[in-house]
Amino acid sequence: MIEVKGLVKHYGSKRAVDNVSFTVRRGDILGFLGPNGAGKSTTMKMVTGFLSPTAGTALVNGHDVTRDPVAVKKQLGYLPESAPAYGEMTVEEFLGFIAETRGFRQRAEKAARINRALDLTHLQTVRTQTIETLSKGYKQRVGFAQALLHDPPALILDEPTDGLDPNQKNEVRALIKKMAAEKAVVLSTHILEEVEALCTRVIIISQGKVVVDETPEKLRARQPGARLDEIFRTLTSSEV
Amino acid sequence: MSQVTPVFKREFLGYFRSPVAYVFLIVFLMASVGLAFFVGQFFRANQASLESYFTFHPWLFLFLIPAVGMRLWSEEKRTGTVELLFTLPLTTLEAVLGKFLAAWAFLSVAILLSFPMAVTAGYLGDPDWGVIAGSYLGSILMAGSYLGVCSLTSALTKNQVISFVLSVLACLVLVLLGWSVFNGALSAVLPVWAVDLVANFSFVTHFDAFTKGIIDPKDVVFFLSLTGFTLFLNVVALER
Ligand SMILES: Nc1ncnc2c1ncn2[C@@H]1O[C@H](COP(=O)(O)OP(=O)(O)OP(=O)(O)O)[C@@H](O)[C@H]1O
Ligand SMILES: [Mg+2]
Repeated sequence: MIEVKGLVKHYGSKRAVDNVSFTVRRGDILGFLGPNGAGKSTTMKMVTGFLSPTAGTALVNGHDVTRDPVAVKKQLGYLPESAPAYGEMTVEEFLGFIAETRGFRQRAEKAARINRALDLTHLQTVRTQTIETLSKGYKQRVGFAQALLHDPPALILDEPTDGLDPNQKNEVRALIKKMAAEKAVVLSTHILEEVEALCTRVIIISQGKVVVDETPEKLRARQPGARLDEIFRTLTSSEV
Repeated sequence: MSQVTPVFKREFLGYFRSPVAYVFLIVFLMASVGLAFFVGQFFRANQASLESYFTFHPWLFLFLIPAVGMRLWSEEKRTGTVELLFTLPLTTLEAVLGKFLAAWAFLSVAILLSFPMAVTAGYLGDPDWGVIAGSYLGSILMAGSYLGVCSLTSALTKNQVISFVLSVLACLVLVLLGWSVFNGALSAVLPVWAVDLVANFSFVTHFDAFTKGIIDPKDVVFFLSLTGFTLFLNVVALER
């Protein structure tokens, strides 16, 4: 479903992403870990077609993002880091705009799509509130609703549970898990327990390079008895 | 190209979601009509025409259109919504056109709000309606070219202040090239054909004909091609 082939991104002389490759199949939930500045967001931005890679490419459902970005964007639901949205719009207006650009122009279909997304993310109570007046967690949910609206076959979520309260974190995890059966999901996170609870695979990147690509069980088995954050520290600091 | 519609709709309605639009419309109206009455002596000229209203447009636009244009892309970059917009299934050209056309439509509303002045002139005397229609057309076309320049400069930075200053400077050059005082000075050092060539790139030169009721295809083409060219550069700047 998602095939990432040798992605490289340079910012000036700095290599933010250095030859990252992986594949995500339908039913997979890939956890993307790494210290701050490791290149997680940059990789996601290249897969979604927002940034053009210095080298390499990504394929989503067979479409090459460097050749046919619009086809790739149709297949993807993307939650950018810190969930940007047009603050002066209400939640419902904003999702209406997303629905229209996603091709749902008929009134009834558009309303059904918006309602489904609002239900999934528990936003019905704030549907007529302007986004700039929402709390951080609610803004995050609007970003999530926007990514789910067209029920895409592939989801890319940059820190989807960032800023959510514990109940909502669990809700979102349950939702991702439920949907994952027929989707390919990539999510980045700094919460190591989330990876264990949710992901079928883990990739750890450090300074732009993939240092681990395996199942959470294997990752844990690297240092039996150690806490996950200890394993994470060993893996990401040995690379310096 | 069907993706232009949702972007246009969101942008155009967006103007009226914030008080900035109403403030702008009022300032625009007060400045344009005020100049016509107090500097242009709309009544004392004893002529049933709107010439005193339109002659100030090139100078008025110099500040008012950058005020609208500066936020077009800078704002999207600053708030991060640009990442959202460009991961929706639309091309850069569609996004540029949608935003540009919405801003142009908004400016046209501002310009046409002065229509009561035309009605007044019609009530008090017998104006040449051809001249008035031509002037409105010229003014709207010229606004499009100013806006193209401003949209381009706003794509170059996420800082609105820089964007505003760049826009004003770029537009100032395009106005001054045809300003009689500047051309007079220039003709002291350059041959006539060179001065004409320089003046040919100015807003003022091409706008003047419209205010006399002459709709020369050459002038229409000038404004439309300048607009098209700046929008093309705008796409290039965003895809860079
Ligand atoms: N526009 C930019 N210009 C220059 N350098 C950049 C730019 N964007 C990102 N970088 C650099 O690229 C590297 C990777 O950044 P990225 O945002 O991908 O990290 P991340 O893994 O998502 O980190 P975090 O966990 O903090 O979200 C960082 O060193 C960052 O400073
Ligand atoms: Mg990040």
